[in-house]
Amino acid sequence: MFDQFGLLPIDVALGVVVAWLVLGIAGLLLQNTRIITQFIFPAGALCSLVLAAAGLAGLSETSVAILPLGLPDLPFHLRMDALSSFFLLLLGGASVGISLFSAGYFRSMADDALALLSLEYHVFMAAMALVFMADDAYMFMVAWESMALSSYLLVTTDHEQGEVRRAGFLYLLIAHVGAIAILMGFGVMQGGQGDYTFDSMRHTHLSTFWATVTFLLALFGFGAKAGVLPLHAWLPEAHPAAPSPVSAMMSGIMLKTAVYGILRVSFDLLDTQLWWWGVLALTLGLLTALFGVIFAAVQSDMKRLLAYSSIENIGIILVGIGLTLIFHAFHKDALAALALTATLYHALNHAFMKSLLFLGTGSVLHATGERQLGKLGGLIHKMPKLALLMLVGTLAIAGLPPLNGFVSEWLLLQAFLLSPGLPQPYLNMLVPLAAAALALAAALAGYVMVKFYGVIFLGQPRDEKIIEVHDIGIWERIGMLCMVVACIALGVFPTFIILQLDLVTEMLVHHALGGSALQHGWLMLTPIQAERASYGPLILLCIIVIGGLATSLVVKKFYHGRLRRGPAWDCGFPAQTARMQDTAEGFGQPIRQIFEWFMGVVRQMPTPFDLHPHFHSETHDLLWNIFYAPIKRVNEMVGSQVGKLQHGRIHVYLLYSFVTLLALLAFIQ
Amino acid sequence: MSYTALLFQAVQNVLVLLAAPLLLGWITQCRAWLQNRTGAGVLQPCRNLIKLFHKDAVLAHNASPLFRATPYILFSCMWLAAALVPVLATDLPLSPAVDVIALVGIFALARVFISLAAMDIGTAFGSLGARREMLVGFLAEPALLMVLFTASTISQSTSLITIVETLAHKQFVLYPSMAFAAVAFLMVLLAENARIPVDNPSTHLELTMIHEAMILEYSARHLALVEWASALKLLAYMTIGIALFAPWGIAESGDWGALPLALLLLFSKLLLGGAGLALMETLSAKMRIFRVPEFMGTAFLLAVLGLLTHFLLETTT
Repeated sequence: MFDQFGLLPIDVALGVVVAWLVLGIAGLLLQNTRIITQFIFPAGALCSLVLAAAGLAGLSETSVAILPLGLPDLPFHLRMDALSSFFLLLLGGASVGISLFSAGYFRSMADDALALLSLEYHVFMAAMALVFMADDAYMFMVAWESMALSSYLLVTTDHEQGEVRRAGFLYLLIAHVGAIAILMGFGVMQGGQGDYTFDSMRHTHLSTFWATVTFLLALFGFGAKAGVLPLHAWLPEAHPAAPSPVSAMMSGIMLKTAVYGILRVSFDLLDTQLWWWGVLALTLGLLTALFGVIFAAVQSDMKRLLAYSSIENIGIILVGIGLTLIFHAFHKDALAALALTATLYHALNHAFMKSLLFLGTGSVLHATGERQLGKLGGLIHKMPKLALLMLVGTLAIAGLPPLNGFVSEWLLLQAFLLSPGLPQPYLNMLVPLAAAALALAAALAGYVMVKFYGVIFLGQPRDEKIIEVHDIGIWERIGMLCMVVACIALGVFPTFIILQLDLVTEMLVHHALGGSALQHGWLMLTPIQAERASYGPLILLCIIVIGGLATSLVVKKFYHGRLRRGPAWDCGFPAQTARMQDTAEGFGQPIRQIFEWFMGVVRQMPTPFDLHPHFHSETHDLLWNIFYAPIKRVNEMVGSQVGKLQHGRIHVYLLYSFVTLLALLAFIQ
Repeated sequence: MSYTALLFQAVQNVLVLLAAPLLLGWITQCRAWLQNRTGAGVLQPCRNLIKLFHKDAVLAHNASPLFRATPYILFSCMWLAAALVPVLATDLPLSPAVDVIALVGIFALARVFISLAAMDIGTAFGSLGARREMLVGFLAEPALLMVLFTASTISQSTSLITIVETLAHKQFVLYPSMAFAAVAFLMVLLAENARIPVDNPSTHLELTMIHEAMILEYSARHLALVEWASALKLLAYMTIGIALFAPWGIAESGDWGALPLALLLLFSKLLLGGAGLALMETLSAKMRIFRVPEFMGTAFLLAVLGLLTHFLLETTT
């Protein structure tokens, strides 16, 4: 694509990174909200588009670069192979819409605050791009940390609020615990040679034990970034705290850097894969998915709900990775390719649909100033354009045909269905159970999304201030429209996408769906053989749309189209108010009832003699008590013990140094 | 894709459209007979539909476009679902576009739309119905998927045509897994079509209704389409049941001679199934809504057990 200019894809991608940094610094120097929103953010979006094109071009040609930066004798290695290119494509594609949306969203922010935010925002994107391109551990960690820090600063944009600061700290803490694990993983992988380039890691053969240690470290480290159970705690805190475009960027794209990391380490850098790694990832993924979706169903803050839904989707992606590992370990390459295709497809889908939903909540928040579902309602009348755009996102993430969420779930279920015949009897038992759990999670996602959309957009306004809101502006609309188009295109033209994904699966598991996916033309998706499974989303969409329109025409032609407006019937009950609708808590109540053992529910019941009865119920994450509280206690205990060593008197510290020196001398002897 | 196949598809499309209200009428008539009533006749649902189409539609003041579009989407989805299931012949050109997973997806799409429409007016009953429908749905959907997976793993395909061809033309083999699946499927069928014991199709008792609570605000042509869609959904479920558990006698692709026999067999199966459904509904009582999750959970577990049985006992490779 860039050949005629004499450029490699990696040159273009690096150019975009530089352009983002320049844009960020320019915004900081200009300190002008108008210029930043009208020029800097749209220019950033244009760069994203270029990056997406570079990613597309890079899928089929690997290019490398060495930057003479960093420490002496330790230059930054960069490489853009199919896997990197796919994730760069994801980053570029999804950030176009987010940047365009930001151009409208931040229009009323103060000059200096926005200048800082724009710098952090563009550095964040550049750091993510570098994470995907890094080809040595040193470069990777620098980019990884820049990404964590810039996103931490973005999360704490509203740092005047105490809860935002707390959320930011939790995020930073878990991000760094993860980073340590990743660093140790790289330490193991270099195999004692002291060469930290990925290329030497690829050629290092590790023993089974050390390979397992590396995999576990990577799963832990990247899992902390992705929000895999039990390291998910920062997600539902950080996402609501951040401004919505930032939440979109973090949930849609940043979580995928962790997916990239796991894939890179387990399929590219390590040369052996054990089947039980796959079982571990599969189980963790299922637990994460179910946990996320059940907790999403009981949330009453719209951004927290979406954050839990992100945990669910990360779980589904991890299930895909686990399945790929299992198949790959048993040398069932065609199945591994299918599972990996489903995984990558879902990562791509999630980037677009979750960003879309987060952007939409941003618009709702801007218009109403309200994040609590219990105070929203009826926005479809006041914000019809937003409601239409969000409907697509809602249906997509609920995994409904013919949109994109369904395609990846379909592919993943196909991979499950084809798995009989694995040589492990226990695995054969696990597979149907896992498929059932996955189906349950997918169905619950529908419940969650009906609640999300129904409570925000449908019904009557639950609060008076909603009556005067206005619909979204032009930039917001364009930004969200990009996402909607992507969601529909990914849903309706899966064969084209899979052709591109084949290049990645070819690289990672040495097999691709290739010709079999296309053997019946681009209309039909046939991952293995047409007799085994086929799916034609475009045909489905056309039938439903044409069927609906035709029915409407026929009914009106044969009978009539007369219509009257009247008050709602509601079984003849006259005195209905907006408060009689289901609230978010009410809609989630059945789930809370069924899964009560799964979560900590605290209820405050009024007494029968209470003149102003008040019912209050709160849902807690039990994992916080089980997993985090003991760690916190131990940490505090150790801290207070260590604290006893510190007296603040210089001679005591000199004594410590002396004793240490003596000990070291004795050790050397 | 041959012309005969297209013709087959067209015949089935028209046939299901007409058969759906008749099946509903037949079930209601059987129930009336079993309860020692005369009944209004098999044609009553058709008369109802025509009556509703003639009326003026009344829309609540704050109904949004979503509310108006939903009956058409619903009708379109259910028509497609009913037209896809190979019951007469295994040569349906539409079938490759939608396999069993997509079929479950279409049901889910319809469910989400009707639930959203129920929440649209903002009445107490609407959102109550939507919540209960999604409660039933989130357990029924994976249960149905597991039932279909059991059939899919037996026939090594998720395409409905291949499944039916495999099950219809194999030597009669008793699959223990399919026994579990059949029970689970029956439970899902009852729940998904708002039948007793999960929901009562003829109730308007506020506190117990599920499906009726959601469609309270619909009138005239919208209501007619919603009702017709429900009838189509029931037919689709019955035909899926026939296709999975009693597929014998279906016409091979392009075999016109076998068609009359297939048609006859299909009608007798549907009549029998409908009568059985009426008998079940007469013999059982509606259960409390709090017990519905238990009922659906049992269905889901049975379906998983069926799939597990297949993976453990019936795979020889």
